[in-house]
Amino acid sequence: MMRKLFTGMAGIFLAGNAVADWGFNMPRGVTELSAETYEIHMVIFWWCVGIAVVVFGAMIGSLILHRKSRGVEPAKFSHSMTAEIVWTVIPVIILLIMATPSAELLIKLEDTRDPDMTVVVTGYQWKWHYKYQGEDVEFYSSMSRPSATARGLDSGIDPETVDNYLRDVDNPLVVPVGAKVRILLTSNDVLHAWWVPDLAIKKDAIPGFINETWFQAETAGIYRGQCAELCGMDHGYMPVVVEVVDADRYQAWLNNQKSGSSAQLATTGGE
Amino acid sequence: MTSAVLDAHAAEHDDHGPAKGWRRWLYATNHKDIGTMYLLFSLLMFFVGGTMALIIRSELFMPGLQFVEPAFFNQMTTMHALIMVFGAVMPAFVGLANWMIPLMIGAPDMALPRMNNWSFWILPVAFSMLLSTLFMPGGSPAGGWTMYPPLVLQTGDAFPFLIFSVHLMGLSSIMGAINVIVTILNMRAPDMTLLKMPMFVWTWLITAYLLLAVMPVLAGAVTMLLTDQFFGTSFFLAAGGGDPVMFQHIFWFFGHPEVYIMILPAFGVVSEIIPTFARKPLFGHDSMVYATASIAFLSFIVWAHHMFTVGMPLTGQMFFMFATMLIAVPTGVKVFNWTATMWRGAMTFETPMLFALGFLFLFTIGGFSGLMLAIVPADIQYHDSYFVVAHFHYVLVPGSIFGLMAAVYYWLPKWTGNFYNEALGKVHFWMSAIFVNVTFFPMHFLGLAGMPRRIPDYSTQFADFNAIASVGAIGFGLSQLLFVYIVLQSVRGKGKVATAEVWEHPKGLEWTVPSPAPFHTFDTPPRVRTDVAFE
Repeated sequence: MMRKLFTGMAGIFLAGNAVADWGFNMPRGVTELSAETYEIHMVIFWWCVGIAVVVFGAMIGSLILHRKSRGVEPAKFSHSMTAEIVWTVIPVIILLIMATPSAELLIKLEDTRDPDMTVVVTGYQWKWHYKYQGEDVEFYSSMSRPSATARGLDSGIDPETVDNYLRDVDNPLVVPVGAKVRILLTSNDVLHAWWVPDLAIKKDAIPGFINETWFQAETAGIYRGQCAELCGMDHGYMPVVVEVVDADRYQAWLNNQKSGSSAQLATTGGE
Repeated sequence: MTSAVLDAHAAEHDDHGPAKGWRRWLYATNHKDIGTMYLLFSLLMFFVGGTMALIIRSELFMPGLQFVEPAFFNQMTTMHALIMVFGAVMPAFVGLANWMIPLMIGAPDMALPRMNNWSFWILPVAFSMLLSTLFMPGGSPAGGWTMYPPLVLQTGDAFPFLIFSVHLMGLSSIMGAINVIVTILNMRAPDMTLLKMPMFVWTWLITAYLLLAVMPVLAGAVTMLLTDQFFGTSFFLAAGGGDPVMFQHIFWFFGHPEVYIMILPAFGVVSEIIPTFARKPLFGHDSMVYATASIAFLSFIVWAHHMFTVGMPLTGQMFFMFATMLIAVPTGVKVFNWTATMWRGAMTFETPMLFALGFLFLFTIGGFSGLMLAIVPADIQYHDSYFVVAHFHYVLVPGSIFGLMAAVYYWLPKWTGNFYNEALGKVHFWMSAIFVNVTFFPMHFLGLAGMPRRIPDYSTQFADFNAIASVGAIGFGLSQLLFVYIVLQSVRGKGKVATAEVWEHPKGLEWTVPSPAPFHTFDTPPRVRTDVAFE
């Protein structure tokens, strides 16, 4: 019901809006764990909706039935041990039902063993640096020129005319599809957070410490996110773009990087 | 009965009336005067912080920058939060405590009236200092109200002023908390045992202990920031062997109890109002007390749920997930008890009741999103997104603020002797309730779709919901001007004259004194009214 309502609302706003990745719910994403994260989000959401129907139903029923204008006499009761026990135990049971799958998924999310490759991601004010471990490939990734030009106060450029406004970079992180990519995160200055919703990854980049996370994208494509931890003036201008490509293209891109022959680092190939 | 009101012979004493002119306020030791000052101060701060919110929402109305630079935008988000938390919500509840706790427990005043004067007058100083940073080189603090290092150490000249103003606010809160505890534990009417205390008094007693426990922790954390900045220490600087994440642990050890400091007194207010307008005793008074105490206890062991993305060990994340989920149990008990209080009552819907009901429904929505946020794998997506902004505004605006509004409408006739304009009050409620949802509900969608918080500009796919939220915010802000008008009318004596009882047989000692409550009340302790015992 709620889902239909939301879809209906979305439909109204969507009319005349051609942005493809317009959304109002968590994306299902492109990794096994992002899909599981989405599922658990929806399960807890529907639990909440169910509880809301019962609790709000009781409240609204009471508001309709038990009003003075209907001439009712107020009841005198003021406690019931049975009721208190019931509405303590039932929530505990619901929480136990929720806790188990959450813990299981959390264990999987934290399992960074046996990666196929490792990228060290370093946050800077205000750009990212990617270093492919063991590959002698590293580069900075900053917001792309069109967005950087349009973002200023009084730039005179309508953001609607800029492709992927604020969410495009000069050099994306390129990884092969199906590979388990371990991300090691740190920062050079203040706290940042590396967030890509479609990969269900968000992890803080902390100066002096190394954080670990991972993803394994099942579908090739370009996945966008941005810095999620306030990091100063240009916090809103630190996009994260991950380009997932097939193994051959990844290898070609990697070789290209190593030879350093091209200033244009990303082989977005007709994107 | 309880005629503890100042009577004729008291006029023989020479020092019993209020002083004249400014002395009455500057030297105030009377709990009602100090309560009034707290409430007016918090109302002023509510509008200052609200103006900042409107600057934020105006900039976010559409993609691209239209009004302010990103640096100033960050100053606005930081100052909005600091002012609303420490300047609006907390002092407003202290104001209610000052006014109502002595009246509800039958005490002549607060236990420590001169300290009471201090704890109020520190606040204007603290906030003048904080607001003056807007005009300093480098501007106001812009690292977020959470003051995370190392970013906060990049603050300009404002930095020491930020730290000292937080110290002062903490000092004020600690003194206020001591006063509340001493008053409640020592000055209750003779027959009022602890479990006969009204819920508002109970929630404030527990809140005061939370304040005592955590405000010094905040003071310690910001002092360490100060020494890191100026005296060469490295508590939070990795380069010197410190740990930036340690600040977050210390901050949220303060910060999570702090969110209950801002909501427990509102629970108390609602627990007073619903029985009055349902004409039925509060359901499960004692279990409400135990639930409040459980929430307070749990609030100390869930702090790291604000930090699920910092890279904690798996077992740590598990512990904080389960502990956080557990909070839903006592909170649920409270919501169910309020519902049971309404059940088979004979309700009427005057403005205080409308705000209490608005609280009940909308705070519960904030509770649901809170439960969702407790689930760590999902929280990794929600964290630092607009979903979180939606969540905490649901518990703070239609939670704490609606609780405050309900309290003001409920007790205003007792304070001024005149009713507010009921029709306008209802208009104020419905405008607030509608606009608060228009403002904050779309933020859930924004967060889920991937919009981070604290950004001055956003990608174009977030444009529609942001526009709706901004329209709602402006509507909500304007609606509050109506509130000021309504309160002023009542203060000016325009409006129906209130009886001592004000409402239809409400419970509690505050309704045994005349309206407006005289300058001195309960010179001799009253008896607890056995006819309306708090069962």
